[in-house]
Amino acid sequence: MNRQVPNPKANKNILFITYLVVAAFACMIGYFGYFLQFRGETVINNSYNARLDRFADRIVRGELQSGDGRVLARTEAVGKSEQRSYPYGEVFAHVVGYSDYGKAGLEALANFYLLSSHMNLIERTVNELANVKNIGDNVVTTLNVDLQQTAYDALGGRKGAVVVMEPDTGKILAMVSQPGYDPNTLKENWDALISGGNTQAQLLNRAAQGLYPPGSTFKIITILEYIRENPNTWRDFTFQCDGRYECGDYTISCYHGNVHGSQTLEQAFANSCNGAFAALGQELDPGKMHELAEQLLFNKELPLPLAYNKSSFVMNSGADTWEVLQTSIGQGATQMSPVHNAIITAAVANGGILMKPYLIERVENGMGEEIHRFRPEAYGNLMTAQEADDLAGLMQKVVTEGTGSAVRTDSYTVAGKTGSAEFEAGRETHAWFTGFAPANDPRLVVTVVVEEAGSGGQVAAPIARGIFDRYFEISGGP
Amino acid sequence: MVNVIIEVSKYLMILFMAFYTYLNFSYFRFRDSWGQRKVCRRQNVAMFLMHFIAYVILYLKSGNPQIVPFYLAQVVFLAAYIGLYQMFYRNRTGILVNNMCMLLCVGWIVMARLSFDNAVRQFTIVSISALATWIIPLVMGRAWQLAGVPWFYGILGLALLALVWMVGNNSYGAQLSLSLGGFSFQPSEFVKISFVFFVAAMFYHSTNIFSVAVTSLVTAAHILVLVLSRDLGSALIFFTTYLAMLFVATGNWLYLLSGAAAGGCGSVLAYGLFAHVRVRVAAWKNPWEDIGNQGYQVTQSLFAIGTGGWFGMGLYQGMPYKIPVVGKDFVFAAISEELGGIFALCVLLICLGCFLQFMMIAGKMQAAFYKLVAFGLGMEYIVQVFLTVGGVVKFIPSTGVTLPFISYGGSSVLSTFILFGVMQGLFVLKKNDEEDYEQTSA
Repeated sequence: MNRQVPNPKANKNILFITYLVVAAFACMIGYFGYFLQFRGETVINNSYNARLDRFADRIVRGELQSGDGRVLARTEAVGKSEQRSYPYGEVFAHVVGYSDYGKAGLEALANFYLLSSHMNLIERTVNELANVKNIGDNVVTTLNVDLQQTAYDALGGRKGAVVVMEPDTGKILAMVSQPGYDPNTLKENWDALISGGNTQAQLLNRAAQGLYPPGSTFKIITILEYIRENPNTWRDFTFQCDGRYECGDYTISCYHGNVHGSQTLEQAFANSCNGAFAALGQELDPGKMHELAEQLLFNKELPLPLAYNKSSFVMNSGADTWEVLQTSIGQGATQMSPVHNAIITAAVANGGILMKPYLIERVENGMGEEIHRFRPEAYGNLMTAQEADDLAGLMQKVVTEGTGSAVRTDSYTVAGKTGSAEFEAGRETHAWFTGFAPANDPRLVVTVVVEEAGSGGQVAAPIARGIFDRYFEISGGP
Repeated sequence: MVNVIIEVSKYLMILFMAFYTYLNFSYFRFRDSWGQRKVCRRQNVAMFLMHFIAYVILYLKSGNPQIVPFYLAQVVFLAAYIGLYQMFYRNRTGILVNNMCMLLCVGWIVMARLSFDNAVRQFTIVSISALATWIIPLVMGRAWQLAGVPWFYGILGLALLALVWMVGNNSYGAQLSLSLGGFSFQPSEFVKISFVFFVAAMFYHSTNIFSVAVTSLVTAAHILVLVLSRDLGSALIFFTTYLAMLFVATGNWLYLLSGAAAGGCGSVLAYGLFAHVRVRVAAWKNPWEDIGNQGYQVTQSLFAIGTGGWFGMGLYQGMPYKIPVVGKDFVFAAISEELGGIFALCVLLICLGCFLQFMMIAGKMQAAFYKLVAFGLGMEYIVQVFLTVGGVVKFIPSTGVTLPFISYGGSSVLSTFILFGVMQGLFVLKKNDEEDYEQTSA
């Protein structure tokens, strides 16, 4: 064993490799530490993490509050056990959710915060040692009780959904879905709610999980594509409407066979002329239209922290005439959730930039001291500022001169789009309205859908009007 | 009252563990053996206290009376192992013996919390392995033919791996083990060691281009069979170890760089060829996308680590059993969840400390064969630690290898005992030589 190492620098090489290994470990330890310190809380707040339920053994679940501190959900002691109560009952049912039968809504979203305690450290230690539960943190949401109640009352028991948000921050101020359920009696009614014979789907949050044909609200997207493909000449478009548009064997009718006569693009949009949009749709490249729809988050994940269903847009290059005709006016295979419509409207209102919708404003400990605050975050540009500006102008005309007359008022300006979506032959259309106010300085986006209720202008727009009125009333005018 | 004990004990365990780890690195400051011995004794105290507290909690929480004799058996084992090593191998490196014991302790705590029966089985395997490998340093001092039979190692290793590939048992989509008379063992754990001996013996005889080519070919054959058996973790360990050994044996940067490039190409090729590789990479890049299926294991692991935080949930306060294969590949997540992130980091640092010891031993070796053996085994050890911990914390894609001495599994334990035994043997050899030299020159 006396043979020398042929490589005289062997030890130097060993040292080099040792440094490499130590460096790799340093990186891994750094990553591990970073995860524990900064990523851990976000990661573990997940419905797949069963560990969080264990926290409830040591912590009294905190309160969910509205933006102005009114209690939306609290845990009360009933004898030796605890009970979760929801003072507003059905009004906030879907968005606040529940925590006893699995978790949904904000109860799921804020689960980790509600089950963490940031009370005084000494007090917490004493409690822990004495085996007494600590008070969990309270979560202050972005929700507004007045607007939620207004939207709830305006829907008035009809099936549908309302989404209200701030376009410049992404805060969701109200989210109503009907029919609902009373979260206070969820346990008693659970079996009936989930039984196969129940066709009402009360547990479904229609605002985020409901998928509807967008009807004429989709013309916002069709017209945007037309503007993109004809950037200099789109204002020159004209169409002669006689109530029916025939194309080969196919016919597209305007709502209730209305005859709009000679229409510019602006008028066709304001009056929601189906013939004009069917004709205009023929000129568009279906492949590019598909691209635009996906840019606007069809077939994509939405930046929404609640459970939702993805909107779908099927048409692609090679589509036949009928599919193009239908898709251009928001019928056919296209499906969309109300919150998605609100998201697109918010991007239009905010100069093309979408602010990520959010629901948790801040987390406070039981003493009301702030633990964590969530700030508005941009998602990105859904369209250019010029395009958003053009669309806003077109949407304002809908209100001042077209189908959106129900939200026309001298008190403030509104931009919007109505929709009356057919979903089954012989049945009443779904009524849509999506819009924002004030038109020139948008502060509020409202999206409304009412199932099987008639025209958007007559049914959905008045609901939005009520919400705009209430908003400007409580916020001291436009 | 139990509550108080459990809460306080959680922090005490972390404290003792951190103190132990600190001593592990402060050891290197002492040049004299007196100071080093003092450090070792303090380490022993910290370890036994930590071990005691953990078992008090295990007893209080599980209420299983069998915990008491089990604990006592462990104490007897640890005391005997440390004591006997001290007695028979005057020139052992005490810190390495301590680290072995500490890692075993952590393993027994985690295992007893997950499944008492498995813990007892593991303890039995450890005892037998310890006994069987205890004589390795003794044998090594007298063996002079270890370097003479490279092809024995090479062919034996390849044959074993090929056998597993052909008739091995399938677990989680990989052929890993052979069943023999009711026992199942993982040959790749032992081939790891024979492989290092093979490479060291080859390069000891010659490092000319012909020898390098032949050795590389045999290495490639090893790796190929492992890849075919879908044992990607082992394939990576073999590859990295070989590359490092080749570099140290020849000092040729060209080999290192072209080898690394070849490894890169091989990875890309494997990604393109094998669906299971793509699945692993996808589960690493975004486990949240497929959280209910492919991403389940790693997300559960992250939940465990994240929920535990720096200080852990405390023993029996978490849900480590929610993580698939938690006792083997994902044991690090269980440690982190219940004993805390700091504790888990200490375990990682102890492993790194072992590696640094190995590298020091390799550096001190004069004979090329021994130098390469020490270096190669050290590399295998640390690459394995890196792969398992990296996979658990989602630093790298999970490759499904065990954490030596801590994970459940007989083959892993025995082969790690052999690895540490050989290292200890080399150290003893070197120390004895030095003393001989000092005596003759005096």
